[in-house]
Amino acid sequence: MASAVVNPRDLRFQLFDVLGSDALCARARYRDHDRESLEAALDLAIQIADEVLWPNAPIGDRDEPRLENGRVRVPSAIHESVAAITDAGFIAAALDYDRGGMQLPAVLLQACLGVLKAADTATAGYLMLTKAAANLLDVHGTDEQKRLYMEPLYAGRFLGTMCLSEPDVGSSLGDIRCRAVPAGDGTYRLSGSKMWISGGDQDISENIVHLVLAKLPDAPPGVKGISLFIVPKFRVNADGTLGAPNDVAVAGLNHKMGYRAISNCLLSFGENGGCEAHLVGAPHAGLACMFHMMNEARIGVGISGAMIGYAGYTQAVRYARERRQGRPVDNRDPTQPPVPIVRHADVKRMLLKQKAIVEGALALCLTCARYLDDMTTATDEDQRQRAGLLLDILTPIAKAWPAEFCQEANSLAIQVHGGYGYTRDFPVERLYRDNRLNAIHEGTNGIQAIDLLGRKARSQDGAALRALMEEIRADIDAARDLPALAEHCDALAAATGEIEGATAAIGAARAEGRIGDSLANASLYLNALGHIVVAWLWLRQARAADDALRQGAVTDDDAFYRGKLAACRYFFRYELAGMKPAIALLARVDTTCAEMDTNMF
Amino acid sequence: MKVLVAVKRTIDPNVKVRVKSDQTGVETANVKMAMNPFCEIAVEEAVRMKEAGSANEVVAVSAGADKAQETLRTALAMGADRAVHIVTEAELQPLAVARLLKVIADEEQPGLVIMGKQAIDDDSNQTGQMLAALLGWPQATFASEIEFKDGTADVTREIDGGLETLNVNLPAVVTTDLRLNEPRYASLPNIMKAKKKPIDRREADALGVDISPRLAIHKVEEPPKREAGIKVADVAELVAKLRDDAKVIG
Repeated sequence: MASAVVNPRDLRFQLFDVLGSDALCARARYRDHDRESLEAALDLAIQIADEVLWPNAPIGDRDEPRLENGRVRVPSAIHESVAAITDAGFIAAALDYDRGGMQLPAVLLQACLGVLKAADTATAGYLMLTKAAANLLDVHGTDEQKRLYMEPLYAGRFLGTMCLSEPDVGSSLGDIRCRAVPAGDGTYRLSGSKMWISGGDQDISENIVHLVLAKLPDAPPGVKGISLFIVPKFRVNADGTLGAPNDVAVAGLNHKMGYRAISNCLLSFGENGGCEAHLVGAPHAGLACMFHMMNEARIGVGISGAMIGYAGYTQAVRYARERRQGRPVDNRDPTQPPVPIVRHADVKRMLLKQKAIVEGALALCLTCARYLDDMTTATDEDQRQRAGLLLDILTPIAKAWPAEFCQEANSLAIQVHGGYGYTRDFPVERLYRDNRLNAIHEGTNGIQAIDLLGRKARSQDGAALRALMEEIRADIDAARDLPALAEHCDALAAATGEIEGATAAIGAARAEGRIGDSLANASLYLNALGHIVVAWLWLRQARAADDALRQGAVTDDDAFYRGKLAACRYFFRYELAGMKPAIALLARVDTTCAEMDTNMF
Repeated sequence: MKVLVAVKRTIDPNVKVRVKSDQTGVETANVKMAMNPFCEIAVEEAVRMKEAGSANEVVAVSAGADKAQETLRTALAMGADRAVHIVTEAELQPLAVARLLKVIADEEQPGLVIMGKQAIDDDSNQTGQMLAALLGWPQATFASEIEFKDGTADVTREIDGGLETLNVNLPAVVTTDLRLNEPRYASLPNIMKAKKKPIDRREADALGVDISPRLAIHKVEEPPKREAGIKVADVAELVAKLRDDAKVIG
């Protein structure tokens, strides 16, 4: 493994051998591409990740952003990392050529961004927010807003933020208190506080574009009364030059466990009545504009969770191969030199578990990104619709599952390092801290679970879940005759039947009016369905590996493919099998947790 | 001034190289390949010359199998204007490459040929020097700084004792050392633009030069593994070991 954070061979395998991403080049939008240009983009991401982001990441973690005279200072190493990403064109990569883009398919873009996140997810955060803000303006902005704000965002000259939460309002956006009043000249004056604003201030870019949710004076109550505004840090003149400061103050910095290179601010807008805001889209339609970007943002968080886990695994493998300690249990001759710890069975177990989880999580996120491509560019209308349906049900899983289980992988990466892993001299403790955010932001894992079970699995009479089960069964049928995979096909077929049964039982409880009970184990449901989905994607990977082995892959790749088969076996025998008790709890709509009185804690 | 920059496709420097089991060479099947790092520096320098106005066209050239085209695309993505691909499946040794490059240099009439001082695969460090001799042009190897003035170039060279500055008349052949510059990353839009830039395919057989190998490779093997050291009891034993076992003293 040449890269410190990923296995490029695995990325290629997943992107091309399993997902057939090069077939996208046949579609009109991607016809200038070929395997070579897609790989060139991936190689560029790997190069920047290894040469710039990875060495700078510990600096951003150690010297976290600080507030000086009302301004946030970020270490110069992080300026360098951000510049490397923006100069390479990753913010605008999916755009048309004539807008400075590469017309890169979503699956490749997410893979590239994933590689950058593996190296330094915190710094990549600046890019993710900027891309999301620019994409949002691309869809909902006026021509003027696009020229003044979107274009500099895509070029990386301005960086963007998303201002949703407030000090007292997090996941429940209907209760926000930020206000915007018409100024009489077509602009608005905005006032209020916003909390947890990543990149809320920094000294990297010449200007910052905040996308702010606020309420107009005539707003209806709740989520139907939220509007979306552009609030620049410095006002932008009609000719694009920067004007006066726009009355946006940094009221404080949050000091985080991880993800430190990206500042996290409490912002105060309009303390002096001079915060000019520009309405995006229609009044009171702000949340809809914001959620337009949600699918991609959630897959983005999933990729972060997966790839931080991946970086930990990569480091753990490297360490286990170098670190010599102890002798084999069946040959403890003290006159022999100690062996690399990778030869000890328990270390193998820890590495294999990490491999099965992180490569499975990556497969999950890339599969979603591949459906994003199908949803937007498949030539067949039915295929586009089906991809959308599958994305509906897979997106909450893609957001939550990697964060949940790759955190375990990150913990094992520390364990493999022993005491050294617990020190700041090795990167695995930072990776562990960084990943902990992914279960929290962009809709907590609990909210994803309710979205999955309460909405996505039920909508259109369960059409999305049915589509997913059809996909899974098609792959079971395709692998059924392969001797190496027959055992897994049986296990997966059984698990799909059990989760369908549990879903029906939960639906019956709901039909009886037990709505609270039906959602009480939503997190369990997400984890169980997540395991089934990841097992399915492992079966796909195993089939591709089995194909390659039977076609007589060259000797040096033999271990790669056999490793895929082993990780698939591990996932089925240890992970999927371990989910049985959870599925049983779901099937009987267990109420142990829901029945707790609040005074019993 | 036109600049001709020669590039070579080699095993990616981050890859651990393995010797083929039959000892005829190193394993290249399924191994990640990349532009030779010294060649990257040469391309970067040529592109900087164009950006600074001291060059008006950068032409990249490579000799080798079809896949060499990928390396030329990298040069084009970094900023070269067009490329020449001398196509051959034959094994190419430095003299053969120098002869092929001479043909292209004669046709293109560049003011400067710039290339890596050596390639990380065979470490020959010969092609630039041979090309200069074949062309009858001045050469300045191991460049760490190049400055152009009045049809000449001041080239600072990295030599054993320190730095040496030569003034060469142009056209000349310059080979690059590591400290000359830090090559840029080819941006995503430039990777796509590079696909539209022309690559002129030339069959090596049609260029009228003898490219047959002059050197025969008998065997390729890994460097011997370093064996564990031993502790000696005293100086007398050490001297005895050095004399009798290692045979390094008389």
